[in-house]
Amino acid sequence: MADLKRQIIEQLNLKDVKPEDIGDDQPLFVEGLGLDSIDALELIVLLQQEYKIKLANAEEGQSVFRSVRTMAQYITEHQPKTI
Amino acid sequence: MLLSITSYCSIADHSVVLNGEKWYSAESILSAPDFLTELYKRSRAEYPKFYKMDHLAQLGFLAAELVLQGRNISEEYGASAAGIVFCNSNASLDADLHYFETVKNIPSPAQFVYTLPNIVIGEISIRHCLKGENAFFVQEGFDPSFLEFYVTDLFKRERLKVCVCGWVEYLEGKYKAVIYLVENKPGNRYLQFDIKNIHQIYETANGEING
Repeated sequence: MADLKRQIIEQLNLKDVKPEDIGDDQPLFVEGLGLDSIDALELIVLLQQEYKIKLANAEEGQSVFRSVRTMAQYITEHQPKTI
Repeated sequence: MLLSITSYCSIADHSVVLNGEKWYSAESILSAPDFLTELYKRSRAEYPKFYKMDHLAQLGFLAAELVLQGRNISEEYGASAAGIVFCNSNASLDADLHYFETVKNIPSPAQFVYTLPNIVIGEISIRHCLKGENAFFVQEGFDPSFLEFYVTDLFKRERLKVCVCGWVEYLEGKYKAVIYLVENKPGNRYLQFDIKNIHQIYETANGEING
């Protein structure tokens, strides 16, 4: 999850945030890390770019991007298998 | 009605001049983006969204921070009486070019939102709670007579009681911002908001681009 936190910080240009500042279960939006709707789109780009995962529908985003842990779980479950 | 320039700021050539006095000057070896980041830190703005802005918005944001420091014009005059009028000659071309680079791979939503020049006005309006008239004009070069006419007209028609206005330009590392705070405050303490003073402040700003 440390790698994922680093990727989130880089993708969203969160210059003042360190990976250890983000709790595994801390909400990413509103009251947590304070991300906004554009950040949500950037997280979708991150999944596509780094993990080759496309969100099936936008509705999924709300549960997938709840926290770093939910993102990590989604990535583990959906990452294309390499042979 | 006698409009005055109650505060003004220029950012160009790695130097910042606030109300006629040098406020900060950086070594020229810094890149323009690094200079803006350094200036942000010195401004003590504490506004993390700064890092997400494109360079044009960062430049305008910083100039507005300095011109408005110690003031709360939306409270003083009412948010709907506080407006912004900006102009430049390259619109959002710098952000457009950066966005175009990402289109070759996966388009970046965060960069796309800055592919309009008036986004800088939005960023400043959010920061300072300005809800009055706003406009961004793209011109061949800085036109003091147009700025004087347009802003004065907004005051005459009682659309505004205070206005942040001026020139904000950033393209591929070349930049210049000259921002004026205009209020209906007669008196010898301030420069009159007229074509001569608008032009003189612009011309004496360090460094030049398109003008």
